[in-house]
Amino acid sequence: MPDAMIDSLQGLGRKALSFFERLGRAHLFLWRVLTGLPQAFARPGLLVAQLYSVGVLSMVIIVVSGLNVGMVLGLQMYNTLSDFGSEESLGQVVALSLVRELGPVVAALLFAGRAGSALTAEIGLMKATEQLAGMEMMAVDPLKRVVVPRFIAGLISMPLLAAIFSAVGVMGGYFVGVGLLGVDSGAFWSTMQSRVDWHEDVLNGIIKSVAFGFVAAWIAVFEGYDAMPTSEGVSRATTRTVVHTALAVLGLDFILTALMFGVD
Amino acid sequence: MQQTRMVEIAVGFFVACGMAALFVLAMKVSNIASIGSDDGYTSTAHCDNIGGLKVRAPVRIGGVLIGRVSNVGFDEKTYQAVVTLRIEKAYQQLPVDSSASIFTAGLLGEQYVSLEPGGADTYYKDGDSIKLTQSALVMEQLIGRFLFQKASEGTAKSEGTVK
Repeated sequence: MPDAMIDSLQGLGRKALSFFERLGRAHLFLWRVLTGLPQAFARPGLLVAQLYSVGVLSMVIIVVSGLNVGMVLGLQMYNTLSDFGSEESLGQVVALSLVRELGPVVAALLFAGRAGSALTAEIGLMKATEQLAGMEMMAVDPLKRVVVPRFIAGLISMPLLAAIFSAVGVMGGYFVGVGLLGVDSGAFWSTMQSRVDWHEDVLNGIIKSVAFGFVAAWIAVFEGYDAMPTSEGVSRATTRTVVHTALAVLGLDFILTALMFGVD
Repeated sequence: MQQTRMVEIAVGFFVACGMAALFVLAMKVSNIASIGSDDGYTSTAHCDNIGGLKVRAPVRIGGVLIGRVSNVGFDEKTYQAVVTLRIEKAYQQLPVDSSASIFTAGLLGEQYVSLEPGGADTYYKDGDSIKLTQSALVMEQLIGRFLFQKASEGTAKSEGTVK
C-alpha cells in the first residue's frame, strides 16, 4: 500500500518536473529566437515567404469571420437597443466591441487554428524527417533559418489581421444595421466616432493584438521545435499549439483588459 | 522567379489591406480626425454644479455643435467648478452677454453645454469668461426641493385650519 502511494507521488513529481522543464525550455528557446531577430532581417526573402503562408493565406478566414461577426453583432444588438429606443448607438456598440475585444481575440483564435497549427506541423515534420539536423550538419542554424522568420511573420501578421477583422466587422455591422434594419447612416457613424477614441480604444486594441501575436507565434514555433520527432508527436504538438494558444490568449486578454480599461 | 513575384505581390496586398484597415479604424471609426481641429478660441465658465459634465462633452448653440469642453477644473477661491470651452474658429461672433447652461440630452443621455446668445455688440475673445451660467440639474436636488415644497405647503395648510 505505501508503495502505491509513493509511486503515485513519484508520478506527480515527474509531471511537475517535466512541466517546469518545458516552461524553462520554452523561455530559453524564446531568448534564442529574440537574439536571432536582427539576422533575420538580413534575409528578407525568407520572411516574405513566411508572411505569405502565415498572413496572406489567413486573410480569407479572417475577412469572412469578421464580416459574419460584425453582421451578427449588428443584428443582435439592434434587437436589444430597439427596446430602449436607441438604435442609433448601434454603430458605437459594434465598433467598440470589435475594436476593443472581438477583433484582437477572435483574430488570434483563428490565427492559432489557421496559421499556428500549420507552423507547428511544418517545423515538427522538419524535425521528424531530420531536416533540422541536416541543416545543423551544414553549419546552418535551423533556429535562424527556419524558426525566426516564422516567428517574425506571426508577430507582423497578427496586428494586421486583427485590424482587418475589426474594419471588416464594422462594415458588416453597417451593412446589417443600415442596409437591412434601417438605422440612419449618419447616426451610425456619428455615434461611433463620438465614442470610439483613437488612443483609448483603437490603439489599445492594436497593443492587444501585438501581444497575442507574440504569444501565438511563440507557442506555435516552440511546440514545433520541441515536438517528439514522430508522426504521433507532431500531431500532439499541433493540438497543443491550438489549445495552449487559445488558453493563453483568453487569459492574457483578461489581464490586458483589466490593465487598459479596468483601472479608471 | 515568377512564383516569388506572385508571393511578393500577395504579401504586398496583405500588408496594404492591413494598413488600409488601420486607416479606416483611425479615420472612419475613431475620432482622431476631430482632434486635429485645435485652432479656435477658449472661454471659461464658472458654475456652481456641473453635474456629470465631462471633458470632450459638446458645446452647442441652438443644438448645433460649435465646440467641446476642453477642461474641467475647480476654483479654490470661489469654490466653483471652472469649465473651459474650446469653440471652433468658425464661430467668432458670440455676444459677451451670452449665457451658458448645462443640459442633458434626453433622460439618460450625456450632458452638454448649451450657449444662449445675448444681444451685446461686442464678442467673446480668447480667454474671456462667461458671466451668466446655469448649473446642471441634479435629480436628487430637484426631488428634494419638490418634497420640501410639498411638506411646507402641507404645514401651511394645517396651520391655516387650526386658525
